[in-house]
Amino acid sequence: MDVIPRWADVILIPLFSLVLAALLSAGVILAIGEDPVAAVKMMVNGALGSTYGWGYTLYYATNFVFTGLAVAVAFHARLFNIGGEGQATLGGLGVALVCLDLPWPHWILALPAAMAAAGLFGAVWAAIPAWLQARRGSHIVITTIMFNFIGAALLNYLLVNVMRPDGAMDPATRKFPPGTHLPTLHDILGLVGVPFSKAAPANISFLIALGACVLVWALIWRTRLGFQIRALGHSEPAAVYAGIRPVRIVMLTMLISGALAGCMAINNVMGEAERLVLNSVEGAGFIGIAVALMGRNHPFGVLLAAILFGFLYQGGAELALWTNIPRELIVVIQALVILFTGALDNMVRIPLERIFLTLRKRGA
Amino acid sequence: MEQHRPPDPAIELKGISKAFGSVQANKGIDLRVMPGTIHGIIGENGAGKSTLMSILYGFYKADAGEVFIHGQRTRIPDSQAAIRAGIGMVFQHFKLVQNFTVLENVILGAEDGRRLRPELFRARGALKRLAEDYELIVDPDAKIEDLGVGMQQRVEILKALYRQADILILDEPTGVLTPAEADHLFRILDNLRAEGKTILLITHKLREIMAITDTVSVMRRGEMTATVNTAETSPEHLAELMVGRKVLLRVDKPLATPGKTVLEVEDLRVTDSAGVARLKGISLNVRAGEILGIAGVAGNGQSHLLEVLGGIRPATGTVRVNGAPIDLSGRCSDGQSRRARGVAHVPEDRQREGLIMEFAAWENMAFGYHHAPAYQKNALLMDNAAIRADTVTKMGHFDIRPPNPNLAARNFSGGNQQKLVLAREIEQHPDLLVVGQPTRGVDIGAIEFIHQRIVALRDAGKAVLLVSVELEEILSLSDRVAVMFDGRIMGERQAAQTDEKELGLLMAGMHGGAD
Repeated sequence: MDVIPRWADVILIPLFSLVLAALLSAGVILAIGEDPVAAVKMMVNGALGSTYGWGYTLYYATNFVFTGLAVAVAFHARLFNIGGEGQATLGGLGVALVCLDLPWPHWILALPAAMAAAGLFGAVWAAIPAWLQARRGSHIVITTIMFNFIGAALLNYLLVNVMRPDGAMDPATRKFPPGTHLPTLHDILGLVGVPFSKAAPANISFLIALGACVLVWALIWRTRLGFQIRALGHSEPAAVYAGIRPVRIVMLTMLISGALAGCMAINNVMGEAERLVLNSVEGAGFIGIAVALMGRNHPFGVLLAAILFGFLYQGGAELALWTNIPRELIVVIQALVILFTGALDNMVRIPLERIFLTLRKRGA
Repeated sequence: MEQHRPPDPAIELKGISKAFGSVQANKGIDLRVMPGTIHGIIGENGAGKSTLMSILYGFYKADAGEVFIHGQRTRIPDSQAAIRAGIGMVFQHFKLVQNFTVLENVILGAEDGRRLRPELFRARGALKRLAEDYELIVDPDAKIEDLGVGMQQRVEILKALYRQADILILDEPTGVLTPAEADHLFRILDNLRAEGKTILLITHKLREIMAITDTVSVMRRGEMTATVNTAETSPEHLAELMVGRKVLLRVDKPLATPGKTVLEVEDLRVTDSAGVARLKGISLNVRAGEILGIAGVAGNGQSHLLEVLGGIRPATGTVRVNGAPIDLSGRCSDGQSRRARGVAHVPEDRQREGLIMEFAAWENMAFGYHHAPAYQKNALLMDNAAIRADTVTKMGHFDIRPPNPNLAARNFSGGNQQKLVLAREIEQHPDLLVVGQPTRGVDIGAIEFIHQRIVALRDAGKAVLLVSVELEEILSLSDRVAVMFDGRIMGERQAAQTDEKELGLLMAGMHGGAD
């Protein structure tokens, strides 16, 4: 029998890890002579205290949901896709190509097309490492990381030499036409009379991210493909025995994973920037790894973890803006959260297991 | 009259307890083994034998209890301490460096000083003496990879003796040996006993206990339930002590009534990825309503035969099922296509292949049959509720405990895991069941049940191909027996008209008289 009940595994352990990370962060803030209580207040206020703050928190969270789901799906087949950064970059290219060159009458038509292009470009960028892994045994961690750099370099070249409007100084495309502008949460909530900040970048992509969570959940736990993905992830010899073809499943899993990462571009490129700029992904591909790790590769966990990281991003930005706490320290806090929730999982788990064992013995 | 004080026991355990999490693997174990005797320890899988031996060899630390070696209270925190105390261990899976010579393996870890040569010289002399004393004859300059398993096992024993062990623990030593090799091993053990060495023999084979031991202890559910003199007991009595109830050791089965040929294999050949020929032209056939047993020492191509029939490994040659040839190229043939043709496969290793250990029982019940129409809700989604209901039914048919379809496979005992695999494959009502090692690591109670189910499938008019390294199992289940050696079939016999001795010769690669 499992030592820890499931609820403790998914709630108590991340919670304790977070508390530990928070305490340590507080210690660090104290050490540089700032007030941790005030810092926490400012982060909460900045990220959750206004619809403006929420708008940014949810905007970041949307990015992290897509990249977190990408990592989670691949991980069910025990593939460590750390190429979310590159796949999302290429997804941005797909969105830009669709949005710039076609005369879209309305975003309702542009969005599905942009999503398809973003997914396709992300999937293609994942397909090459996937094929190398499935057929040639090249380790997917190495190849996906290399493809992050190739993707960045490719986009750099295209933006500087091909897609930059004549005479512009900025390595970016021109603005997307108005027919591709996505409704923001301000627009959507306005329909039902709920006031929401006009300046915040959160947009309809957040709802699509929620839908993606449900779809991924159904894929993994309700479909034959998900069954085969999980079987392969747990044991390749057993999967082969059952007539599951590893090459096929590895390819399909990575295509789905790459497409999810690519779809992030509808949020940051189409929804927020409304043009393609250099480094538009801003590290969200890597945060996705932490989000999936913390979310235990479950779509619902990914959603919660993504919102937490969205909070850390937005709250951190506020902190850097209004206090003497340097921006680097925000990175330290985020790193501590990743360290405790991901890497140091057993540090919390093992004592907790002991506690549950003693409780059970006494109960028995 | 002068009182003669009996010698101290070579090993004395007092109140050894060990728990893993909530599982009590050893509960207050007491054991006395007198010097110069062979003491058997039997018990079902999971009874705690291996845990106890691991404590004695310093791999685990006991939660409570004391160990006395020759009357001295001894603490054994690690295997170095065990070796210092004169304990040697021969593991079930040998721990030898494949590309070292016998001599190098023997001194590995016992090197003295900086330079190797004097130690090698000393070891050579010691090996020569040991060979003469105990019939432990091995070429000291042969590389391990060139030696058979029987020889490798002798190297393991030599390693222990070279380290001055006078207590030898052997864990399931005959699992990989032919009957002749096992007999030789027993002669070696006999010689060691005559020289005053103490031997602990862990096995689940009652026959070996009866043949070689002086005393035997029975373990059940972490406890030492009985210690008896071997001369005063019987296999039936020991089996009852192990399981806790009366057990049928022989399968009662009616005479086979073979029907039409279901499986035809002609000139099957397999070359593995290293370029070694594993199957060198296998031909056989199995008819409906009969069990063909494939006997042989592990590693003579039986696994490859199973994998080819199960669609895991490509091959050349011809295989026909119900008269129609099946594709062996490996391109468009896999486990799915085999299942579609009515071939069910129970793999040799349930934990590696047969089950996904992290999957719940119900997920494992659909494993391999996940495309079955009965398990689908619509074109996209699987019908998890239907699979669960089906699993509950099948768990009832096969008496799988606990009957909880949501429990992960790893939380079932070995016997119940095996029953999960068998329930899944047999309840698909295949025309041909290909089954490897159906009772490996399974307790006696479950063995009886599994054997009955396989015979019942035969009596329902299905064909069964059985591969097992347990000769007893082959002889008691099969209607016909084919013996494999080095990728070939050495001969075929009617099970009723042969015996272990004849099969043993074939297993060793010797043609036994007329074919």
